[in-house]
Amino acid sequence: MSEQSGSSGVVLKYTVSPDDFTRAGEASSKVKNILKQMGISPDVIRKVSIAMYEGEINMVIHARGGDITVTITPQEILMVLKDVGPGIEDVEKAMKAGYSTAPEQVRALGFGAGMGLPNMQSCTDEMKVETEIGVGTTITMSVHIEDK
Amino acid sequence: MTVKDIQKALDATITTGGEYMDKEITSAFASDMMSEVLAFSKGQSVLITGLCNPQVIRTAEMLDISCIVLIRGKSANEEMISMAKDRDLIILETKYIMFSACGILYDLGLEGGTA
Repeated sequence: MSEQSGSSGVVLKYTVSPDDFTRAGEASSKVKNILKQMGISPDVIRKVSIAMYEGEINMVIHARGGDITVTITPQEILMVLKDVGPGIEDVEKAMKAGYSTAPEQVRALGFGAGMGLPNMQSCTDEMKVETEIGVGTTITMSVHIEDK
Repeated sequence: MTVKDIQKALDATITTGGEYMDKEITSAFASDMMSEVLAFSKGQSVLITGLCNPQVIRTAEMLDISCIVLIRGKSANEEMISMAKDRDLIILETKYIMFSACGILYDLGLEGGTA
């Protein structure tokens, strides 16, 4: 993990290790704590936590881990999740609630109900999925910080 | 109602978090699928589940759930207990199946909600 603070906001970088289901969610946990310390509103923290955790789990389940960059500015929390996994064959289908390609052993672990991507979308204000078969997937999500 | 009331009603053992038994609880969510909990929970503070792995603790953490009730006689492993301690979470363990545990707590006045 690395942490940088500059004019473009606070930048946090994490590497998600592959095939380590037990540790999946560690990055999300760290980001959640940092956002709390920064005094970000609970509603924004909740949305970021859920979206990032779902994404992190996906990286462990479907890809071979990957890299997460979180940028915190006064306007938004921007999350970029990049993996070099197999890519998503049909993004439109994957965005539908209940559609899953997760193997049975993943369901036994409590995931793979086909709720991940739709839930990530519903928790974020903007979401972009860029994917190429055999190359990988990059998911960019933004949660806006409301003006008070 | 408090966590203590839940523990008594479910004849549950306190695995960790005994110091937080006075915490007030108003609603609960029950599922073995963490995907579903992440997608549908709306601020409930108790998670009733038969799933027993570290991701249950992480899911609770992400959703600010303060108490996990493991049902069907499931028992938290060392890793789960240590993660729960780090996060000030409560783990209770009961022999009731999900249907019974939910019925008992609903009868006591805990709320659930819709998807």
